[in-house]
Amino acid sequence: MEDSIPVNQKIKHQELGETGRPWEETVTTSQAPELGLSEALELEQGPETGLQPRSSPPTMPLSGARTPDRPVDDLVGLRASFPSSAFQELPSTLSPLALARQDFMAPWQSDKTTSVIPEAETPHFGHLEQLSDKGGSTLHQTCQSKGNTFHQSQQTKYPLYELRDVSDHTSKQKELRFDIFQEDDSDSNCHLDQPESGASQVAPSMLEIAIQNTKAYLLKTSSKSGLNLYDHLSEMLTKVLDKRPENAVDIIENISQDVKMEHFSKKLDTLQNENEMLPTYEMAEKQKTLFLQGNVEGADQELEDEIAEHALPNIMESAFYFEQAGVGLGTDETYRIFLALKQLTDTHPIQKCRFWGKILGLKMNYIVAEVEFREGEDEEEVEEEDVPEERDNGDSEADEDDEDELPRPFYKAPQAIPKEESRTGANKYVYFVCNEPGRPWVKLPAVTPAQIVIARKIKKFFTGRLDTPIISYPPFPGNESNYLRAQIARISAGTHVSPLGFYHFGEEEGEEEEEIESGRDSFEENPDFEGIQVIDLVESLSNWVHHVQHILPQGRCNWFNPIQKSEEEEEEEDEEKEEEKGEEPDDTEQEVGPPLLTPISEDLEIQNTSPWTTRLSSNLIPQYAIAVLRSNLWPGAYAFSNGKKFENFYIGWGHKYSPDSYTPPVPPPVYQEYPSGPEITEMDDPTVEEEQAFRAAQEAAANSTEENEETEEEEDEEDDYD
Amino acid sequence: MDAESLLLALELASGSGQGLSPDRRASLLTSLMLVKRDYRFDRVLFWGRILGLVADYYIAQGVSEDQLAPRKTLYSLNCMEWSLLPPATKEMETQTSVVKGRFMGDPSHEYEHTELQKVNEGEKVFEEEVVVQIKEETRLVSVIDQIDKAVAVIPRGALFKTPFGPINVNRTFEGLSLSEAKKLSSYFHFREPVELKNKTLLEKAELDPSLDFMDSLEHDIPKDEDPRG
Repeated sequence: MEDSIPVNQKIKHQELGETGRPWEETVTTSQAPELGLSEALELEQGPETGLQPRSSPPTMPLSGARTPDRPVDDLVGLRASFPSSAFQELPSTLSPLALARQDFMAPWQSDKTTSVIPEAETPHFGHLEQLSDKGGSTLHQTCQSKGNTFHQSQQTKYPLYELRDVSDHTSKQKELRFDIFQEDDSDSNCHLDQPESGASQVAPSMLEIAIQNTKAYLLKTSSKSGLNLYDHLSEMLTKVLDKRPENAVDIIENISQDVKMEHFSKKLDTLQNENEMLPTYEMAEKQKTLFLQGNVEGADQELEDEIAEHALPNIMESAFYFEQAGVGLGTDETYRIFLALKQLTDTHPIQKCRFWGKILGLKMNYIVAEVEFREGEDEEEVEEEDVPEERDNGDSEADEDDEDELPRPFYKAPQAIPKEESRTGANKYVYFVCNEPGRPWVKLPAVTPAQIVIARKIKKFFTGRLDTPIISYPPFPGNESNYLRAQIARISAGTHVSPLGFYHFGEEEGEEEEEIESGRDSFEENPDFEGIQVIDLVESLSNWVHHVQHILPQGRCNWFNPIQKSEEEEEEEDEEKEEEKGEEPDDTEQEVGPPLLTPISEDLEIQNTSPWTTRLSSNLIPQYAIAVLRSNLWPGAYAFSNGKKFENFYIGWGHKYSPDSYTPPVPPPVYQEYPSGPEITEMDDPTVEEEQAFRAAQEAAANSTEENEETEEEEDEEDDYD
Repeated sequence: MDAESLLLALELASGSGQGLSPDRRASLLTSLMLVKRDYRFDRVLFWGRILGLVADYYIAQGVSEDQLAPRKTLYSLNCMEWSLLPPATKEMETQTSVVKGRFMGDPSHEYEHTELQKVNEGEKVFEEEVVVQIKEETRLVSVIDQIDKAVAVIPRGALFKTPFGPINVNRTFEGLSLSEAKKLSSYFHFREPVELKNKTLLEKAELDPSLDFMDSLEHDIPKDEDPRG
């Protein structure tokens, strides 16, 4: 307070200084009564310093207690004169003052809320502005530009209070009063030609300049926010005085922030209201189409068709059961996914569809649907560019020249293992993903064994955009859509389980008995399935079986021997499935995995913990509880069963559990690519001695041959050589 | 999640797939009220759930008047009966850092860890294999503490600091605007500041001491490279 008041004073003085001049103008143009007033004022001011009209307000406070009086007195006199609108009273200088004092004293005594004084700072500021507004036409303009209506509204009260302070002769109060006084009804004052007759010219003093500087500083606009402190403080105090909160001083910072935040509300275009386009609106638009897709022509017929179709599963029912287990996406989200799946089944020829789960990503998530197309209606398999396998053999052969045979490297790239046909093995189902229900569904490409092999060695978080490149070691052949597909395949193979007996092998295939070792890759629903007690499902893991083929280390479900003659490729494939390892001469052994429909009790443990956790969904009401299975190997994979029904679900980041942090594999040692021999191995250059010795030996040989032919010449030459 | 707005918070957090079954939810609502009354907390927060092999732990935390003061942690196996956990200490953290793998779900379970300890016997110094028993409760406490220190996040403006010291909830906080919500700098770690003192004076000049008294998230490693968020 203390600090602010001098500032206030200065400001006020500045204001007064500014207003002084216009007043002076008006004074000059005013009529005699005004002059009389000024004289009266001067007279009153006599004892103090001479006239000090508003034009020299700065000097007033400096001079001490008396100075504030003067301007106030002047103003008081003026005020008294204004309402009366009759300057006839002016001649009696004392009377106006007395009048003013009387007028103001009365209200002052009526309520003595001293708290007004401190709070009056704001009005002072506002008043100050208005003071400056008072005056002639210039003032009028300024007061309009300020547009501080709230200042004006408050003025009526404050001037009274402030005046009374003046009479108290406290310099501070006088400062305040001064301002309030000036704030008084700026509107009315604007119109009135201020008969501030007392305004006589006063040279700007040091104080005045200081005050102007201070005010200029306060009015400086911040480069960041475009506000200035002056306006902010005045608005803040006005707000406080408007609302009169309890313990205002405790929450003053909050009020200050609120005032600032109000500045940052939407820019109100004076012509039109800007509509904000929030991204949430766009999402809602997209989702709206989901809800409206049912409105097509021929609704009746389609309704029948839809009811007959079984492609769309009852996701809400599964979601209900999963919710019992504590897993789920929330009812609204699930319903939207339901509608999105319906849209998928409507637009594609789909035999079976299932909500596989949700994979979380760093920027966006994936909603995955597992789909099986109708027989013969496979979507045109776009011939995807097979990931170029290393073909070093071919390259080296191409580079061969007849003249300069490049050394042949040992390295032979392993033959690319072909991916499994669609509808078999790892590619049994086709997967569609979308980022959010409402967005278009994207089909994921089929997975290749190489991708699965490398996906096992890397760990990358999904970003949510399918075309993100996967930069890793070992280098992953493909981008995020391939990685996603590989992880989906692994998760499906590892965690899709069903109660024992729900599926059984079809009994139509005759070769079944022979192919015991091979993986049977087809199964059917067992129509005679009678359900298992929920308690049994929880207690024993042998009541659950995998119904997805295990993926071999090779990356496929059905073993493929890479080392076989191309002609007999197909035949040998079938044979090898049945044959044992003895038949294969190569060092690659047939990879064998657990056959289909093995109970999950056979699953390997990780670090002495069982790979599955079973729970009853509720201990409080066991008769209606369901059995919940949670995978410890793939965190996020759940399965439930209520005895008859079952469902699998995945929600998580798409990574396997590992008790240790992931470390990328170390690159292998440098490969001995070429045979080392004299053609390839770098040899040291011969030293000088060796060279000389070599030369000598050569010469000796040459000499010996020449000696046989020419004896004399050789001797001469030898001399030359040496 | 504040116990008073538990259902709403669960709905909002359902995107990750982790939810609560109806019976758990109902028991939580009831029991958290009782916890608040019994322990005389200012606010009770449902911290979350730690999965175990045999059973899951449900964790709650009680907050006193000063929001940043150490909170009391409670756990329960059935969302009905809550037990207080001891506060976390540094020794606990070092002790439990050797234990890996899943939680068992049984608070009295003891992990055995063999350590080579140097034993001085007279003049000889030789190493003995000492089997150290670490209780699962200790591990639970230190894991909860580590998670809190690493990832408890609060938006800027939700709490404010008074000159007297205690941190209060900001009743005028209406949430972040959309543009502010996208920036990492509008979120803070909800813990005693560690990096704040290391900031240069120039950076500190821009901060508001009543609001910016915690570490912001934007200097965390690994950095988010893609600004498209």
